[in-house]
Amino acid sequence: MAQKKKTTAGVISQKEIAPQIFDLWLETELAQDAHPGRFVAVYPKSADTLLPRPISICEADQAHNRLRLVYRIAGKGTKEFSAWQPGDEAAVLGVLGNGFPMEKAEGKKVFLMGGGIGIPPMLQLAKELRAEKQIIVGYRNRDLFLAEELRENGTVYIATEDGSVGCPGNVMDAVRENGLKAEVIMACGPMPMLRAIKKYATENGIEAYLSLEERMACGVGACLGCVCKTKEVDHHSHVHNARICTDGPVFEAKEVDI
Amino acid sequence: MNTKVTIAGVPFKNPVMTASGTFGSGMEYGEFVDLNRLGAVVTKGVANVPWPGNPTPRVAEVYGGMLNAIGLQNPGVDVLIERDIPFLKQYDTKVIVNICGKTVEDYLEVVERLSDEAVDMLEINVSCPNVKEGAIAFGQKTDALYDITSQIKKKAKQPVIMKLSPNVTDIAEMAKAAEAAGADALSMINTITGMKIDIYRKKFVLANKTGGLSGPAVKPVAVRMVYQAAQAVRIPIIGMGGIATAEDALEFLLAGATAVAVGAMNFVNPYATVEVVEGIEAYMKQNGVEDVNELIGAVE
Repeated sequence: MAQKKKTTAGVISQKEIAPQIFDLWLETELAQDAHPGRFVAVYPKSADTLLPRPISICEADQAHNRLRLVYRIAGKGTKEFSAWQPGDEAAVLGVLGNGFPMEKAEGKKVFLMGGGIGIPPMLQLAKELRAEKQIIVGYRNRDLFLAEELRENGTVYIATEDGSVGCPGNVMDAVRENGLKAEVIMACGPMPMLRAIKKYATENGIEAYLSLEERMACGVGACLGCVCKTKEVDHHSHVHNARICTDGPVFEAKEVDI
Repeated sequence: MNTKVTIAGVPFKNPVMTASGTFGSGMEYGEFVDLNRLGAVVTKGVANVPWPGNPTPRVAEVYGGMLNAIGLQNPGVDVLIERDIPFLKQYDTKVIVNICGKTVEDYLEVVERLSDEAVDMLEINVSCPNVKEGAIAFGQKTDALYDITSQIKKKAKQPVIMKLSPNVTDIAEMAKAAEAAGADALSMINTITGMKIDIYRKKFVLANKTGGLSGPAVKPVAVRMVYQAAQAVRIPIIGMGGIATAEDALEFLLAGATAVAVGAMNFVNPYATVEVVEGIEAYMKQNGVEDVNELIGAVE
């Protein structure tokens, strides 16, 4: 992995692809290091913000040094990002985190599971992973995003909380309803979804890799703000707290207490 | 042009350090800055045994800064000695180890374990607002501060910096108590206790409810406290609190600090430490300052 850096990226394009969900393309050399499941931290410019916002990489076009971020407006930082226009510049710290362990899933029968704003990193993963891909994605309602692009990279199963599209319920309901099976799971989404996936993976003896989220400050492993409980003693602090920003965000489900 | 400063007989190539807890043991930011450029690396607080720290969320952004309630997660002094000190000794920078504890005995144990190690100074954290036992309990009353300082001074082989809390009624009295007990230097300020509430969920944002405020918002408070302490004691002061740029650092020097530390702003700008070093040099050139020591306490 290349050295991390804080750099200036150019905004290439931006559009709202679902209510409050924005699709931002940046021009930056960080694209070269954009392994699926890694993330960048984007700095708002407004004086009433300070810290960069961690956002997962949705897609990377390495030939053109382009990075795609799909994010939801969650607060004042992401609200500001949503107003950026082509030609604007953005400070970005990256590339951060470990990413999904592709070698664990190559050639296998795999679930790629995304819930809500955990769906975007599944796109680059689906594009790069050579495996039998069942892509199971959960949305709130009929305001789908990225579903068509995911379909180009595997078999897509959709669940919606309000039942308006696909299977009513969450991604685990879609697995049950469609009688799906997998040898390996890779997932990103809200904590209740990840807990349900961990339970399912444990009961069925399936390897699962979960991308976790936590409030971060530095993003580089120094501040110890974003830790998660781990089964084994962590290598940094020798307690049971791995740093999500650097030891993760992707952890094997059995290693973390979530 | 001289940028060297001396604290308790220890020479620093320049007055710029890292604030404990914001820079790990230098490894993480070594990817961004050349650690050889820094006056010193001050390591994350270390106890006699590993501490797991507080539950998450541990950090929250607030206007002009951030709150943290990490709770002094650390691997214990053994790991520091085996892993972090050898890492830092590869660089031409001074090593200051920040020490935390729940009891006086905890502190003394770490001080003794470090006595033969390649550590240039010890910084004693009696001011962390985020742990229930120890730490700040020693840093908010003059008699408790005097007592722990004198006990540590009896055992310590390296010069001792007492890191003071801003969460006190009279910083000058605290500074005097530490000096009277034999402290070689002071550092200030640790974070200011704060709180943030999520009005929609009607919950505390931090799992610990309260957290320490750092970042640009605290700088005027920190500059004022450094000035008041510098007026009250003769021992050197390492000033910190919201330093983002050389201009910020220079305010602390003029207020009476002999050195400065960059803290939370490392999270915002991972190059901040070296930019402060370069900015101080540029200021000296532009303003015909031959020796950085001329600036210390030079406010009129």
